[in-house]
Amino acid sequence: MIDLNSYLILSASVFVLGVIGVVTRRNAIIVFMSIELMLNSVNLTLVAFSSFLGDATGQILVFFVMTIAAAEAAVGLAIVIALFRNKQTVNIDEINILKW
Amino acid sequence: MELTTIVFYVFAAITLIAGAIVVFSRSIVYSAFALLFAFFGVAGLYVLLMADFLAVTQLMIYVGAILVLLIFGVMLTTRVIDVQMRTGTIHVLPALLIVAALAGVLVHVLVSTDWKVLPELFTPEETAPQIGTALLTTYVLPFEVASVILLVALIGAAMIARRERKV
Repeated sequence: MIDLNSYLILSASVFVLGVIGVVTRRNAIIVFMSIELMLNSVNLTLVAFSSFLGDATGQILVFFVMTIAAAEAAVGLAIVIALFRNKQTVNIDEINILKW
Repeated sequence: MELTTIVFYVFAAITLIAGAIVVFSRSIVYSAFALLFAFFGVAGLYVLLMADFLAVTQLMIYVGAILVLLIFGVMLTTRVIDVQMRTGTIHVLPALLIVAALAGVLVHVLVSTDWKVLPELFTPEETAPQIGTALLTTYVLPFEVASVILLVALIGAAMIARRERKV
């Protein structure tokens, strides 16, 4: 039987992978995918706790996280596409018009 | 070794390897396809955790909607003809420090905390009726707010992404 700690270590590893992607990659869409990875790892933690505590509330929380993730994906990609139209790039180190 | 243990390690390996490819691959298309397998691995783990409803939802929302949207984003923002599919990395050393600190904190917390859990995995018959009942009784307000958020996001995304109309 797999214990809770295995799930927690797995989701911590996936979360750390997502953080690596967010802080090192230049392409905004890969940063985006890394954020989705992090959301997934947190969802996995919630489902693991929910199952090991015998309480479905954690799964309802995951359902809401998925809703927000879908909304975030739509708006985020719209912003990336608008940026690409204006600057012809999606590299986040070249999008620095807020910096002076 | 028990069958569930083997299945857990298989899905964990799929998720981790696919996640690593998403993050470290030079080609953005490989990243997008690896993300598919990462989502599949997580869905498999949901099944293993007896969360059948969420496993199906994961496949529908993440694989069916978000991933397709991401691939659209890749195709719209990458010059496919110019072979500009390669993407680089920045700030590797400071990033390593931050990530190492974060990983240390996470591992320390989850090892040192005494989690209060049931002695063995709770196995409800079906989670969908429970979730449905809770969503329409206790959590009906967040449920309705989520629907409004989705509508706002839909309109907002269409507003932001469309071409500016010439005045």
